Amino acid sequence: MQLEVNITGKSFESAAGKRHDVLDNVTFTLNAGEVGVLFGPSGCGKSTLLKILAGLDGNYRGHVTRSPGMRLGMVFQEPRLLPWRTVEENVRLAAPDVDDGTLAALFEVLELSAHCNHFPGELSLGLARRVALARAFAIEPDFLILDEPLASLDNALAGRLRDQVATLVASRKMMTLLVTHDLDDAVRLGDRLFFLSPRPARILHVETIVTPRATRSEPEIDEIKRQLSQLDLANM
Amino acid sequence: MLRLLSFALFVATWWIASLVIGDAKLPAPPAVLSVLIAEARSGALFVNLGATLARVALAFTLAMAIGSAIGYLMGRVSLANRLGDPWLILLLNLPALVVIVLAYIWAGLTEVAAIAAIAINKLPTAVVTLREGARALDPALDEMATAFALPRGRAFRHVILPQLAPYIAAAARSGLSLVWKIVLVAEYLGRPNGVGFEIGVAFQLFDIPLLLAYSLSFAGVVLVIETLMVQPFETRLTRWRLRAA
Repeated sequence: MQLEVNITGKSFESAAGKRHDVLDNVTFTLNAGEVGVLFGPSGCGKSTLLKILAGLDGNYRGHVTRSPGMRLGMVFQEPRLLPWRTVEENVRLAAPDVDDGTLAALFEVLELSAHCNHFPGELSLGLARRVALARAFAIEPDFLILDEPLASLDNALAGRLRDQVATLVASRKMMTLLVTHDLDDAVRLGDRLFFLSPRPARILHVETIVTPRATRSEPEIDEIKRQLSQLDLANM
Repeated sequence: MLRLLSFALFVATWWIASLVIGDAKLPAPPAVLSVLIAEARSGALFVNLGATLARVALAFTLAMAIGSAIGYLMGRVSLANRLGDPWLILLLNLPALVVIVLAYIWAGLTEVAAIAAIAINKLPTAVVTLREGARALDPALDEMATAFALPRGRAFRHVILPQLAPYIAAAARSGLSLVWKIVLVAEYLGRPNGVGFEIGVAFQLFDIPLLLAYSLSFAGVVLVIETLMVQPFETRLTRWRLRAA
């Protein structure tokens, strides 16, 4: 499984007929088992890029090649659960073939077991986020897209959820693309970091972290973060 | 309990009014009741109520099905909306009487004409309500369904339809009350049976107890259907909302 991204431009036309460029030149490939991180300022066009990669927006210049039959799992910025279905029903709608054991194990890891029969309206944002994660993992995706899954959660919760995501990502061989604006998340979860410019987005810098995710030590993580924060992105 | 009290109050008011106005114009409850029992014994009451209910059911189902489909299409496809909008405005403002009379002229004094006329009267309100519903659909959930490659039928049933449900319920509720009102006019003007026909007969004979007997039994049927069918249906549709609150 592989994803080849070769986008040469994407623009919107405003109601007044004015053209707004959102994406400039975004080219990269992602291989099975690899976690790519899109890192950039807010409003730089990351969500637009994700929509294109997810096949939700076909109106762009360039091409995106996905391996045939690739199964996509997506976690949107907002949980996007169906309020009229319980937690379990929400997951099963997207993943009708998931067996009970797999689902139970998934709920266990994400600490959702007690909430199977709750409706989304009864859940906190953190819980709803985890349901969205469960839904994306339950379909056993070949390609997983995570759009800021840890945003606007308090630190302790975000940390726990990040560990849960790391566990799940490590347990299967799939491509993952994570969007974040938290450098710590990027360095802990990613194999390759793509630094994006402000709108219209282009890739300014690619950082490959050689040490496997599971064996990265705290000092090493701190050192990578220190080096990356010294990048002079504004002049690239 | 409160309902019983309100019913008792109604009968008492009626009785007193009848004493004041006089039996000729407003017969007392026992007189109406005895006519009601006589009509029930002969079976005529049930035949007429049954005929009316069958027309209501057919016209209502027809109008809801076609109106919902058109409304959904107009809400989703702007070309359909632009094409349909003038017709919608026309139909919305066309008096029920015009539709019924024209239907009887063009299709004869037939069952088809009656049911079509009632359905056409109800149709535009269903279209307008469902169009609003289709416009209010959440694009974020659409994207979710597409991203997870939900088959069309599954997505419609589980993602779209529940979002439309409150609008369908609203259309059903307002539509049913509209159909109740129109069906009797259609029967009065061109059907040989039904509550509307009987009321017409009673009017010509100036038989007020008969008129009241049919009016009240019709009102009773409406009340029973609204309480036992429409309200539970609405509660069922919005169950998740109550639990979420």
